[in-house]
Amino acid sequence: MLRTENLSYELHGRRLLAPLSVSFKPGQLHAIFGPNGAGKSTLLRLLAREWLPSAGSITLDDRPLGEWPAAELSRHRAMLPQQHALSFPFSAREVVELGRLHAVRQTAAQERAIASEALAACGASALAPRSYAQLSGGERARVQLARVLAQIWRSPNGASRYLLLDEPTAHLDLAFQHACLRLARDWLQHQVCVIAVLHDPNLVLSYADEVIVIADGQLHAQGAPAEVITGALMQDVYGLGADRVQTASGGHWLAVRSGI
Amino acid sequence: MRRLAQCRRMTAPDRRIAAFVWTCLLLATLAGLSLWAILAGPFPLSFSDLPTLSPAQHSVLFNLRLPRLVAAIGIGGGLAISGCSFQAVLRNPLADPSFIGVSGGAAVAAAACLAVLHQLSFIPLPPQVLIAVAALTGGLASAALVMRISRVDGDAQPITLLLAGLAINALAGGLLGLIAYSSSDPTLRAITLWLFGSLDRAGWSQLAVAMPAILIASLLLWRMAPALNVILLGEAEAAHIGVKVAALKRSAIVLAVICAACSVALAGVIGFIGLMVPHMLRMLMGPDHRGLMPLSFLGGAALLTLADTIARIAVQPAEIPVGILCALLGAPFFLGLLLHWRRNPVLT
Repeated sequence: MLRTENLSYELHGRRLLAPLSVSFKPGQLHAIFGPNGAGKSTLLRLLAREWLPSAGSITLDDRPLGEWPAAELSRHRAMLPQQHALSFPFSAREVVELGRLHAVRQTAAQERAIASEALAACGASALAPRSYAQLSGGERARVQLARVLAQIWRSPNGASRYLLLDEPTAHLDLAFQHACLRLARDWLQHQVCVIAVLHDPNLVLSYADEVIVIADGQLHAQGAPAEVITGALMQDVYGLGADRVQTASGGHWLAVRSGI
Repeated sequence: MRRLAQCRRMTAPDRRIAAFVWTCLLLATLAGLSLWAILAGPFPLSFSDLPTLSPAQHSVLFNLRLPRLVAAIGIGGGLAISGCSFQAVLRNPLADPSFIGVSGGAAVAAAACLAVLHQLSFIPLPPQVLIAVAALTGGLASAALVMRISRVDGDAQPITLLLAGLAINALAGGLLGLIAYSSSDPTLRAITLWLFGSLDRAGWSQLAVAMPAILIASLLLWRMAPALNVILLGEAEAAHIGVKVAALKRSAIVLAVICAACSVALAGVIGFIGLMVPHMLRMLMGPDHRGLMPLSFLGGAALLTLADTIARIAVQPAEIPVGILCALLGAPFFLGLLLHWRRNPVLT
């Protein structure tokens, strides 16, 4: 379990995240939802140990996050960042293989197979031999997702794994947005905890087990998406009118009204 | 251009085979060039002379040509590996020890040390060690300064880095001029050598200091190749993959400065090798440092051996400083790179 205790973060005296105590469980897809600049990426970066908390603590599998050796931590959690710049001409396959730096090394053939499977899982097999620098934004996003999956491809002696995704659906076309989140849900069955920053309330409603809504660096709401993502919440957080629609299959759908 | 397109379609095993083929080719080229470097010159030797050398020939071979060849191989290789490492750590394909001010800083410190050498006689160290230590100090200081200046929000910006290097180089040029202007004749001659870059000064006693340092630093840098590959993804990304980014950057920069500074202590500022060699090899076999670094060493060694031999025999019995030759060769190459990048911007 990945757990925060009164976690907060300040930068140059500005509070980006107010004290927050939440926990993320393996086997569940946790969505982080909220407006731009609300502190979603801040939370994710703290969880990934990219930034160090100003106060409070984070524990990963009951061990303080700061005490994990870098290489060991990298076998348990992977993080997909928002930006995907790379100014050296690696092929897409090589980019995926870079994720395996500290993985428990298999034979060369198995390593190649892992990279191929990770690319295939992200619908990027055809991109493997192409130069990463020449791929489109969406193609790069898929290759980066494959790289992140390859990093935690096998569970180290059955332990939980954590997949942190910062806006995984940005740059992706509609079909791949859903494919990406279906893929994340497949991983849940193998002791994986997925934490994803999402901007589309309908993706949250369709795929998340739990949602944390952050606004102005504060926890605004938390719980099952069907209870949290409501028209009232959209009005509170975004100032947008929205209607909740029940679909024939029993799911929920949020239709945002135009401002006019 | 077609070559480049082919290379982009290469798969990983193809690239491994390509790396092997290029290693063999470069080794053969280096061997051929070495033989040429030993035999050619104002006092010609021939291959058939080698088993039965006259004392004069023996002296030319073992006291002039061989140390010079060893210096060319070590310095060329060291500069190429140094450039390759700076490019990786700074994620900037334009980084070269002479561009970012490291060579300039090392040259100033080495020249200053040389100018006051007779006053340093109380230090019980041979002069070549003193000069190497001075060069290393100067190189490290300017590297630290450039990194400090070019860092914006924890990340080195490509353009700021080159501008900071430009400023440090200008400062180094001024200081070198000042030292040269205020020094006596024999010192002036030695300092002029630094300004141009020449292997003329390389003797066994200087090599005994510089070569082990360059070789060990190069091998240690090669050991970092997998982590240097990952750091190209970005520093935050590398940290997520388990790289200890700050420690890696620090040790890679120190080792790269050692390579560059030892080269400067021995032969002055020789530019462009650290830029040209890794760049050409990257186009041929991709950016994977596990193969790129040893190949860069071989490529740098071959290029400097070639340039130095041409510098020695072009205007016999005089010689052109090899640094001038490298600049004449490198500047058009660099302009070509800039033009290419203007059309395909990869620097963000």
